[in-house]
Amino acid sequence: MKSEPTVRAPGRPRLIQFARWFPVFVGILTASSSIFAEPPANSLIPSIFSPDSTPADHIYGLALFVLSITTVIFVVVFTLLLYATVKFRMRRSDDHREPPQVYGSNQIELAWTVIPVLIVVMLFLATARVIAQVQDADRSPDSIDVTAIGHQFWWEFRYPGLGVVTANELHIPVSDSVSPTPTFLKLLSADTDHSFWVPRLAGKTDLIPNRVNQMWIDPHHTGLYLGQCAQYCGTQHALMLLRVYVDSRSDFDAWVRSQSRSAVAVALTNADAAKGREIFEATSCINCHTVRGTVADGRFGPDLTHLMSRETIAAGAATNTPANLKLWIEDPDAIKPGSLMPAMRLTEQDLNSLTAYMETLR
Amino acid sequence: MASETLAIAPTGLSTRSLAERLHEWAVTVDHKRLGILYIGYALVFLVIGGVEATIMRVQLAVPNNHFVSPQVFNRMFTMHGTTMIFFVAMPILFGFSNYTVPLMIGARDMAFPRLNAFSFWLTAFGGLLLYFSFIGGFGLYGAGSAPDVGWFAYAPLTSKVFSLGHSTDFWTLGLLVSGFGSIGTAVNLVTTIVCLRCPGMTMHRMPLFAWMSLVMSGMVLFVISPLTAAQGMICIDRYLGAHFFDTQAGGSAVIWMHFFWIFGHPEVYVLVIPAFGFISEIVPVFSRKPIFGYPIMVAATVAIGFVSFSVWAHHMFTIGMNSYANSFFAITTMAVGIPTGIKIFNWLGTMWGGKIIFKTPMLFCLGFLFQFLIAGLTGIMLSAAPFDWQLSGSYFVIAHFHYVIVGGILFAIFAAFYYWFPKMSGKMLNETLGKWHFWLFVIGFHLTFDFMHIPGLLGMPRRIYTYEPGRGWEIWNKICSLGVFFQATAILIFVGNMAWSYWKGRDAGNDPWDAWTLEWSTTSPPPVYNFADIPSVYSRRPLWDLKHPEDPDWKYE
Amino acid sequence: MASVTSLAPTIESPWALPSRGRVGMFCLIAAESAIFTIFVVAYVFYIGKSLNGPTPTEVLELPIFNTICLLSSSLTIHFAIRALRQNKTGLFSALWFTTIALGAIFLIGTGREWQRLIYERGLTIQTNLFGTTYYSLIGLHAFHVIVGLLGLSIVMAFALGGRVKQEHAERVDVLSLYWHFVDVVWVVVFTVVYVVGR
Repeated sequence: MKSEPTVRAPGRPRLIQFARWFPVFVGILTASSSIFAEPPANSLIPSIFSPDSTPADHIYGLALFVLSITTVIFVVVFTLLLYATVKFRMRRSDDHREPPQVYGSNQIELAWTVIPVLIVVMLFLATARVIAQVQDADRSPDSIDVTAIGHQFWWEFRYPGLGVVTANELHIPVSDSVSPTPTFLKLLSADTDHSFWVPRLAGKTDLIPNRVNQMWIDPHHTGLYLGQCAQYCGTQHALMLLRVYVDSRSDFDAWVRSQSRSAVAVALTNADAAKGREIFEATSCINCHTVRGTVADGRFGPDLTHLMSRETIAAGAATNTPANLKLWIEDPDAIKPGSLMPAMRLTEQDLNSLTAYMETLR
Repeated sequence: MASETLAIAPTGLSTRSLAERLHEWAVTVDHKRLGILYIGYALVFLVIGGVEATIMRVQLAVPNNHFVSPQVFNRMFTMHGTTMIFFVAMPILFGFSNYTVPLMIGARDMAFPRLNAFSFWLTAFGGLLLYFSFIGGFGLYGAGSAPDVGWFAYAPLTSKVFSLGHSTDFWTLGLLVSGFGSIGTAVNLVTTIVCLRCPGMTMHRMPLFAWMSLVMSGMVLFVISPLTAAQGMICIDRYLGAHFFDTQAGGSAVIWMHFFWIFGHPEVYVLVIPAFGFISEIVPVFSRKPIFGYPIMVAATVAIGFVSFSVWAHHMFTIGMNSYANSFFAITTMAVGIPTGIKIFNWLGTMWGGKIIFKTPMLFCLGFLFQFLIAGLTGIMLSAAPFDWQLSGSYFVIAHFHYVIVGGILFAIFAAFYYWFPKMSGKMLNETLGKWHFWLFVIGFHLTFDFMHIPGLLGMPRRIYTYEPGRGWEIWNKICSLGVFFQATAILIFVGNMAWSYWKGRDAGNDPWDAWTLEWSTTSPPPVYNFADIPSVYSRRPLWDLKHPEDPDWKYE
Repeated sequence: MASVTSLAPTIESPWALPSRGRVGMFCLIAAESAIFTIFVVAYVFYIGKSLNGPTPTEVLELPIFNTICLLSSSLTIHFAIRALRQNKTGLFSALWFTTIALGAIFLIGTGREWQRLIYERGLTIQTNLFGTTYYSLIGLHAFHVIVGLLGLSIVMAFALGGRVKQEHAERVDVLSLYWHFVDVVWVVVFTVVYVVGR
C-alpha cells in the first residue's frame, strides 16, 4: 500500500512515554492503598470498608468481589492501551508509508463481546444474591422496632413497643449471632426526602414522604457509629447528623427505662430552672416541642424530655453544653444557619433561666 | 479529481462595520455560524460553571469553613450541575454536530436552517433566564435567588411550600425553554442525516460522528420530552395548585424521580455518544488506520441508545424498591456496559498496528481512553445495587460522573477543538500551548477526581456545604480542592491559545491532518455554500480513495 | 485511472432520500408522543389514589359525539389531500374547512365538558389527584388541537386566496400528519381516561 507523505511527528523516547502516565499511576496506587487501609475497629471514621453489622458485611463482601473483577479488567485493558501507545507510536525513523489498513475482525469482536457478557453474568449473580440477603431477610422474633421520621433538619426516633421518643441519637442493643437482636427501622418523612446512612452499619435507605421504607441493622460490637443524612433535603442537609449508640443489652434496657419516664417534675429547689419552666410553657416553645409530663406536646421539633441524655444538640451541629444550648435558643443561625428553629428573642435573664430548665431534662 | 471538490476561494469581505458584522451573526441561519455560536456560548458557561465549582471546592477545602453560607453553596451546586449539563455540554455537542455533520455528509446546510437558528436562540435565552434568577428570584418573600434544589430538583423540595420565591421557577422555565431548543436541533439533525446525504453516501458509508449525532438526536427526542413533561407538571403544581408531586394530597415524590431519571440517565448517554463520535473520528486519523470494526461500532452505539432507556432506576436503588426491581435495574445497567466496553476495544484495535502521532488532539483522545475506562469501571461498581446502597449520594458518585463527564466527555471535546479549530478558523492552534493545556489539565483532573472517590468510601455524602472534622475526610478534600487550580490554569491557557491562534496561528490549509472525511476536502474555513460541487462518495473514507486511487477503500468494504 | 473508477460501486440513480418535511414531522411526533406518554403514565399511576373529592365514575360522561367529530376530521383531511393531489382545489377547500369545523366542535365540546365538571360537579385541577391528572392530560391534548387548528387555518386562508395548488399537496400532507397524530393521541387518552380509568 503506497502512501503520500503524511503529517510528521517525532517519536518519543520510552522514558518520556512512561513519565506521561506517571501522575495517573501515582494517583491510582495511592488511592487504592488507602481504600484497603482499614481504620481500627472502634474508629469513628464511617468507612464502608470497616463494616460492623450484617447488611454492611454482605455489602463489603460484594464490594471486594466487584473491586477484584474491575481491578483485573482495569489492569488488562490499561496494559493493552499503554502497550499500544508505546509500541505503535510513529517513530522519528519512520518511512511515512501508511500502515496496513485493517478494517476489523469478526472473531476478535466476538471474543471481546462474549467475555464481558460472562463477566456481567457473574457480577449479576453475586449482586442478586446480596440484594436478597439484605432486602428479603427474615425478621427474628427478638428484633427491636424503631420508627425513624425524617424532618428538616433532624431525626425523630420512636420506639413503638417500648414507649420511647427521642431525637438524633439512636440507641440500639448489640446483636450477637447466637441469639440475634437486630433493629428494624421503619423509615418515614414529615416533609421532604432524606436518607439514613450509617456506613459501618448498613447501606443507606431513603425516607420519603407518603412512603414507608424498611431497613435493618444488627451491630456486632458496642460503640458509637457516625452517619448523616444522605439525600439533599434543604439548606441544612449538611448538618443533619446521625449518632448511633450500640449499647450492651443491659445498658440498652437501662436507657429504655430512663427514656420512657416522663420528665421528672422539676424539684423547685432550683428557682432559676422553675422560672425557666414557666417561660418554656408560656412561650411558643410548646408548639414545637414535647416534654412528657408537662403541657408541652408539640411535634414539629425534637422531643426534649430527656434532652440532657444526648451528647449533641441541633442534630449533631454542636455539643450539648450549657453555652451551646443558650446560643442555640438565642440565635440558632449562629450554629446552624437556615435551620427551622426560630430565634426566640428572649432577654438575657430569661435565656439563662430557660437554659437552666433545659439542664434539668435528664 | 480532487480539485472538483475544492471550493471556490471566497473574496475578501472585511469592509463591514462592527454593527453589520454583529447583525450578521445575530440573524445567521448558516449551520457553520450557528455551530460556532453554540460553541462560544458553551465556552462562556464553561467558565461560569467552573467558577461555581471553584467556590464549592474552596468552601470544602477545610471542615467547618465559612467561605460561603449554606444558602449560597446550595445554589452553587445546583447551578453548577444545571449549567454544565444544559448550557455547556449540550450546546457544545450540538455546536460541533451543527458545524461538522452537513460538511461530513456533503450537504450545503442543515435540513431546516431557520429552525436551526430558532433552536439556538431558544437554548441561549433559556440559559439567560436561568441566570437571571440570581437577580430576579427573590419573589414576594424575599427568599429565592438562584435555584438551590439540586440539578435533579427532587420533589417535594420544589413545591411552593419548601421552595419559597421564584428560584425553582427559573430552573423549570429556563430548562423548558432550552429543552425546546434541544428538541428542535435534534429534529434538524435527524432530518439532515436521513435526507441530505450526498450521492453514494449510504447510511453505512457515513462517518461515525454522523452516526453518533443521529443516535444522539434520536435519543434527545425521547429524552428531553419526559423532562419537559415533568417540568410542566411542576409548573402546574406550583401555579395552578395541582398535586402531581404533592405528598400531602396523596401524590408521589417517587414518580418525580422516575420521570426525572427516565430523562436523566439517557441524557448522559446523549452527552457521551457524540464524544464517542469525536474519538472515532480522531483516533483513526492519528493512528493512520481506519476505525476498527465500523459496523460493530454502529451497532454498539444503537444498542447503547436503546438499552440506556432501561437503566434509569439505578439512580433510585436507595428509595426502597423491592428486590426484583433492584435486580432488574442492576442487570440492565451492567448490560449497557457491554457495548460501551466493546467500543473501547475497537478504539484500541484502531490504534493497534498503526502509527500513532502524538499531536494534541490525539493526546486528549488517549486521556479519554484511559479515563473513560476507569469511569466505566466505577460505573460497574455502582451497578451492583448493594454496593450502590453505600456509594449512592456520596462523593464516590460525584467522582464517578465527573470522571465520565470531565475525564471522558470534556477531554473528547478538547480533542475535537484541536482537531476542527483549523477547519473552522483556517488557523492551527499552537501545539506547545496545547500540550501545556493537556498536561496541566491531566494533573489537575487526577488530583481532584481520583482522590474524590475516597471521601465517598469513607462516608461523605454529596451536597453538603461543610463537614465535621475527625471523619477522615479532611486531607482528601484538600487535595481535591488543590486540583482545581491546575484545571483553571489549563482552561485559561486553552482560551488564550484560541484567541492567539485565531490571529497569529499558522495557516491550516484544507487538510492539515491528512484526514479522510469530506469536511477536509473544502477550504478552511469553508465557504458559505460548503462545496462548489456536491461530491459523490464510494466508501467510508472518500478522501482516502482520492489520495490512494490505486488502493481505494471501496475494494475492502 | 479510468479502469479503477469503472470498478467503483455504482451509486443508485436517482439518488433519492426521504422528504425533509416528512422526516422532520415524524421526529416532532416522536418527541410529542414521549411528552404525552409521561402525562398518561401519571394519569394511570394516580388512578384510585385520590384522597378525596369526586371520582371518575361519579363525574365523567363518555364524550362520544366529540370523539366522532375528531376522528371524522382525520377522514376529511385525508380526502382533502387526495382531492388536492387530483387538482380538485374546490373540493380540497371544502373538505379542509370541514376538518377545521370538526376540530372546532371538538374543542367546544371539551370546553363545555369542563364547564360542567367545574361548576356542576366541583372538579378542578386543585381538587384532587384525579382533577390534576385529568385536566392536565385533556388540556395538553386540547392545546395540541388548538395548535393544529391554527396551522390548518393558515392553510385555509391561503386556500381561500386561491394560492394552494396541486404542487403543494406534499407539504399540506406533512401538516395532515400532525393532525392524524392529534387524533391518535385522542384515541389513547379516551381509552385511558374514559374506559380504563372509570
